[in-house]
Amino acid sequence: MQNKAIDFKRQVNIKLADTKLQDALSRLQTRFVEGRSAVISEIHHLEDTRTAAAAIRDCVLNDLDSWLQKFEQQAIAHGAIVHWAETATDANRIVTEIAAQHNVLTAVKSKSMVSEECGLNDALEHAGIKVMETDLGEYILQLAHEAPSHIVAPVVHKNKEEISDLFAEKHQMSRKTGIAELCLEAREILRPAFLNADMGISGANFLIAETGSVLIVTNEGNGRLVTTLPRVHVAITGIEKVVPTLEDVTTLLRLLPRSATGQSITNYVSVLTGNKDAKAHDGPEHFHIILLDNGRSSLIGGEMQEMLRCIRCGACMNHCPVYQNIGGHAYGWVYPGPMGSILTPLLSGLKSSPDLPNASTFCGACAAVCPVKIPLPDLLRNLRTRQMALGLKSRQEVLMLKVWGWLTLHPRIYALATKIGVRILAMMGGERHLLHTLPGATGWTDGRDFPAPSGKTFREMYRKKSTK
Amino acid sequence: MSARDNILSKIREARSSAPQNVPAAPIANYLALHQRGPSPPPPDDLVTGFKKRAIKLSSDVLETSVRMEVPALLAHYLEERKLPLRGVCWTSLVGLPWGAAGLEMLPNPATNQDMVGVTGAFCAIAETGTLMMLSGAETPASTSLLPETHVAVLDPLRIVATMEDAWDLLRLEYKQPPRAVNFISGPSRTADIEQTVTLGAHGPYRVLVILAPP
Ligand code: SF4
Repeated sequence: MQNKAIDFKRQVNIKLADTKLQDALSRLQTRFVEGRSAVISEIHHLEDTRTAAAAIRDCVLNDLDSWLQKFEQQAIAHGAIVHWAETATDANRIVTEIAAQHNVLTAVKSKSMVSEECGLNDALEHAGIKVMETDLGEYILQLAHEAPSHIVAPVVHKNKEEISDLFAEKHQMSRKTGIAELCLEAREILRPAFLNADMGISGANFLIAETGSVLIVTNEGNGRLVTTLPRVHVAITGIEKVVPTLEDVTTLLRLLPRSATGQSITNYVSVLTGNKDAKAHDGPEHFHIILLDNGRSSLIGGEMQEMLRCIRCGACMNHCPVYQNIGGHAYGWVYPGPMGSILTPLLSGLKSSPDLPNASTFCGACAAVCPVKIPLPDLLRNLRTRQMALGLKSRQEVLMLKVWGWLTLHPRIYALATKIGVRILAMMGGERHLLHTLPGATGWTDGRDFPAPSGKTFREMYRKKSTK
Repeated sequence: MSARDNILSKIREARSSAPQNVPAAPIANYLALHQRGPSPPPPDDLVTGFKKRAIKLSSDVLETSVRMEVPALLAHYLEERKLPLRGVCWTSLVGLPWGAAGLEMLPNPATNQDMVGVTGAFCAIAETGTLMMLSGAETPASTSLLPETHVAVLDPLRIVATMEDAWDLLRLEYKQPPRAVNFISGPSRTADIEQTVTLGAHGPYRVLVILAPP
């Protein structure tokens, strides 16, 4: 998928003014935020479980090459074919080659953010293969030619009416208005697609080294259909997804659905190992697993390695005041919210996403809910420091920080400057003590007034109080 | 160099320059331990615990102490809901008196036309009210997937406390994991439209668990 993060600021203004989007985002708050808080406490020893989950992820990341090789060895031993892709283009090429090798004309897909990262659908269509998204949300997006705006609820930005219109237009059927009717219509259209597809494409929530298995969590059942019915199954995922044992993955599964959708477990958890044997009635004859790097290995061993612990639950975005107000599209690429503000610059360059590390209030809500304890605000701060070091900040910002830095090193001048400053601002505030515009910060005052200071600096007031 | 070697050597290099990334233990040792993370205390009674959670996740649960009564229970359930009285079952269940209860159950893997699929289950998990199914020649995965109604006949003695216990049971009884282990927790569902939960997405609309001894 093309990275449009460079356009962040302009997009933010559009999204803030979009009342339909604002309505849609408020639902996220009730369903996901409240949903999570209702079930997360079911976990006995929640903090211990989060710590254990982080340790499991770290254990693999600290020795990732060995764990990847163990996974590969086990997967092959059970009949899977393992491919390695350095870039998104490589991954697309590999899937296209697999399709050609097995004479594939049609493919059905269950939700995979890694395939979004690669822009896989376009590559396959280009090679003449018909691809159908089957996760309801992704299917709606494919019909509408839109990108997902959330990693768990991809179509959260659309309301029911828009979906009714879209289905009526694309399916050429009578317009349905109820949510259940819409779901049924999609089910009836997609069922034949599952039955007739030559190839199924899925992601992987985890790769289990012990058994060489791919684990997928789904609710709709499309993940099961995609990996059971077609004669070829391709699972495409990031190299960081390895987990050592079935016990370890169980610990992570206690956290993932609860953090994501407020479910104690997803409807289906499928652990897929190898291809079907000759006697079995169902299952793919060929099982391919693609391990994608696409910049992930550059995080290993560095100060951003913790980001690779991410299990893509989406809790950080659900709880983020910035995401809650602008939705996912403004972030410009596949991964939105706090995790996206870190991953996008890391995977596709700080230069092309200069605003993302700054799209945070540092309230810390993301780190507080992250099931694998990623210190997201620290990583964001780290990126800001990198931006400064690389000279990627605006001249105005650099100048302001320089002036402020100099002033703090000269306390007397600082005191004098602030003394004059607050008096001018107090005067400018007039009777209502509000400033409608601040020179140099109009972006901030466009949306709200700045309360004018009282006319005295903190130091003045402090001195007065302590001499009383 | 191949993509594989490139990726692995990149990681290896990055790791060697980061002294904190020293593996805690050799992989073989780690794997052999099968160490468990924190898990909830088991419920006082596994069957009651399982039932409570399964119902919470919208599964239906019926019980009988006589295995031969399973068909009658199912017939009643289907009639009550005006559902078709025919379907497919796993071969291990073909000996139950389906016909006497007015049902027709063929021992075939499910196709798109079959409305009722009757399966057994490898075991079930009380913690989450979950069925654990293993795919195989005699236990096709499609039977619990394609039909609108999935019925699982479960021996109550095969209910374990946690998923960790279920893995131990699998290791004990099988040398290799099957092609597919499917954990099922209620009917398929979606909340993609306006985050409103709708039961019956691409898989079954309803899941009925019948607890019956073997
Ligand atoms: S960063 Fe943490 S909270 Fe955010 S998606 Fe990843 S695991 Fe979930």
